[in-house]
Amino acid sequence: MLQLLADGLVVGSVIALGAVGLTLTYSILRFANFGQGEFLTWGAYLAVTALGFVVAVTGGGVMQPIGPFSFGWELLVAMVIAAALTAGLALLVDWLLFQRLRARGAAITLVIASFGAALALRNLLQFLYGTLPEYYTREIQIAIRLVPRDVLGGLRITPDQLLVIGMTGAVVLGLHLLLTRTTLGRAMRATAMNPALARVAGVDVAAVIRATWIIGAALAAVAGVFAGLVGQIRPGLGFELLLPLFAAAILGGIGSVWGAVLGGFIVGLAESFSVPIFGAEYRAATAFLVLIAILLLRPNGLFGEKP
Amino acid sequence: MELLAYGSFFLCFASIFAVMALGLNLQWGFAGLFNVGVAGFVAIGAYASALLTTSLGWPVALGWIGAMAAAGIAAFIVGLAALRLREDYLAITTFGIAVVIQLVALNAQALTGGPFGIQSIPKPLSAWLGAGLAWNLAYLALVLGVVGLAWWGLERLVAGPWGRVLRAIREDEAAAASLGKPARRYRLQAFVLGCMLMGLGGALYAHFVGYIAPEDFLPVLTFQVWAMLIVGGSGRNLGAVAGAVLVWGIWTVSGGLLRDLLPQAEQARGAALQVVLIGVLIAAILVARPRGLFGERATVSRHAAEDAT
Repeated sequence: MLQLLADGLVVGSVIALGAVGLTLTYSILRFANFGQGEFLTWGAYLAVTALGFVVAVTGGGVMQPIGPFSFGWELLVAMVIAAALTAGLALLVDWLLFQRLRARGAAITLVIASFGAALALRNLLQFLYGTLPEYYTREIQIAIRLVPRDVLGGLRITPDQLLVIGMTGAVVLGLHLLLTRTTLGRAMRATAMNPALARVAGVDVAAVIRATWIIGAALAAVAGVFAGLVGQIRPGLGFELLLPLFAAAILGGIGSVWGAVLGGFIVGLAESFSVPIFGAEYRAATAFLVLIAILLLRPNGLFGEKP
Repeated sequence: MELLAYGSFFLCFASIFAVMALGLNLQWGFAGLFNVGVAGFVAIGAYASALLTTSLGWPVALGWIGAMAAAGIAAFIVGLAALRLREDYLAITTFGIAVVIQLVALNAQALTGGPFGIQSIPKPLSAWLGAGLAWNLAYLALVLGVVGLAWWGLERLVAGPWGRVLRAIREDEAAAASLGKPARRYRLQAFVLGCMLMGLGGALYAHFVGYIAPEDFLPVLTFQVWAMLIVGGSGRNLGAVAGAVLVWGIWTVSGGLLRDLLPQAEQARGAALQVVLIGVLIAAILVARPRGLFGERATVSRHAAEDAT
C-alpha cells in the first residue's frame, strides 16, 4: 500500500512538472501541443550530453556523488544547461513552424503541426543518440526503509526519489510566485484570459508567448531529467508520458498550474495503484481511463473555469 | 515483368492507404474533426478481420464487414465521449485510444498473439490464383474497386444535403444549429463513417500481407495518413487519393535510398531519419501551401460571383 503511494508520488512528480508546461502553452497559445512530451525526452538527453561535458571540463572525468544521492553537483549544472537548451529548441520550433501558422489563426492546424513536429523531433533524437537506454550515473543506490514491513506493507525509497518529490514542490512553488507576484506573470495570466484585451492594455503578447515557451520547455526538461534519474533515458520516454500529461492537465483544468500539479499526482497515483489490479503492462491505459472519466463527468477539470 | 510485379505491389499499398485517407478526409476535410488515432482504428479493423477469418473461419468478405463494424462501434463510443466537447479534446481522446489499442495488441496474448501478431491470415482467391503475380494483380483490382466504391459513395454523400450540412457545421456551428441542424449527430455520423473506412483499410492490409503485428500500427502510420491528406489537399477526395499515391511513393523511394546509402549497422537510424524527412515535409506544406495540391474548391453562390465582378 504505502510502497504504491510512494511510487505514485515519484511518477506523479514527473507528470506534474510536464503537465504544468502543457497547461501553460494550452491556455496562452490556445492549442494542445503534442510536442510537449518530446521536450521531456530532449531535456533528458541534452542533460546526458551536458553532463559529459561538465564532468570532462571540471571533474577530470568522474562525478563524485553528494551525500546519499547517486549523482554529484555536475548533474544539477547539466540540468540547468539542458533546460536552457530545451527552451531554445522550443523557441526555434515556434519560430520555424507555430508562429507562421498562428499568424493564419487556425488553432487546429497548430495541433496537426505539433503532431508532425513531435514525430520529427523524436526520430531526430533517435537518429542522433540511438535507441540504447542511457543513464546519468552507474552508482547503485540503497533504498532507505522509511516504514517497517509490518505497517501497511512497508515503504522503501531511494534518496534520489525523495529529492525528486521535494524539488518538484520547490519548482512549482517558484512558478506560482512568478505567475502571481511579477509583472510577467500577470501579463501571462492576462493573455491567457483575453489576448486582444491584453494587447490593448499594453501587454507585449509576443514576449509573453516567448516566456511561455521558455517556462514550459524548461519545466519539461527538468521533468525529463527527473524521469531519467529514477529510471532509464530512452527515446520513447516523453512520448509514453504524453497521455498522462494530457490527462493531468485536463483533470486539473486547462490553465490552472496547481490543478496540473494535483492532476499529475492523481494520475501518477492512479497508475501506481492500478498495477496490482491490471498488471504493469497496462499502466499507460490508466491515464486514458482517468481522461475519459474526467471528460464525461467534469470536462472543465477540477479547477478549470467555464469556457 | 519485374516492374509489373513491383508496380502492382506498390499500387496495392498506395490504394489501401487511399481508403484510410478517404476516411480521414471525411472526418477532417468535410467535418473538421481532428483524429489522431488513425492507427488505432486501422488496427481494430485489421485485427477484427484477421481474427474472424482465422479463429472463426469466416469468409474474407464477412471479415471485412466485421472490420468495419468493429471500427465503427469503437468510433461510436469514442465519439459519444469526446465530440460534445472542444475540438482538440477529440484529438487527445483519439490519441489515447490508439495508445490503448496498441497496449492491448501487445499484451492480450490470448486474443491478439501479443508481439508475434497473427500469422497466415487467408488471402482471398489464393486457392485459384496461387500466391504470385496473378494474385497480386487480382487483389489490386479488388482494392481499386473498393477505393472506387468508397470514392463514389463519398462524392454522393458530400455533394448531397448531408455533405452541405456537414460543411455548414464545420464553417459555423452556431449558424447551422440556428437552422435546426443537430451538429453533434452529424459530426458523430461523419466520425463513425470515417473510422469504418479506416477499419476497412486495416482489413485490406491484413489480407494483403497475410501477417499483422502491433508494430504495424504505430503512431507513424497515423502520421503517414495525415501526410497523405495534407499533401494531397483536404476537402477533396481527389486530394486524398492523389496524396496517398504521392506520399507512399516518396516514402518508399526515400526508404530505398536510405537503405542503399547507409551501411547495415546504421539501418535503424536511417528509418528514424526517414520519419524526420516526412515530418519536415508535412510542416513545410502546412506553412507554404496549407491547401495541399488539390485543395477544396471554394463554394461560392453564383450570385455572389456576379456581384464581385
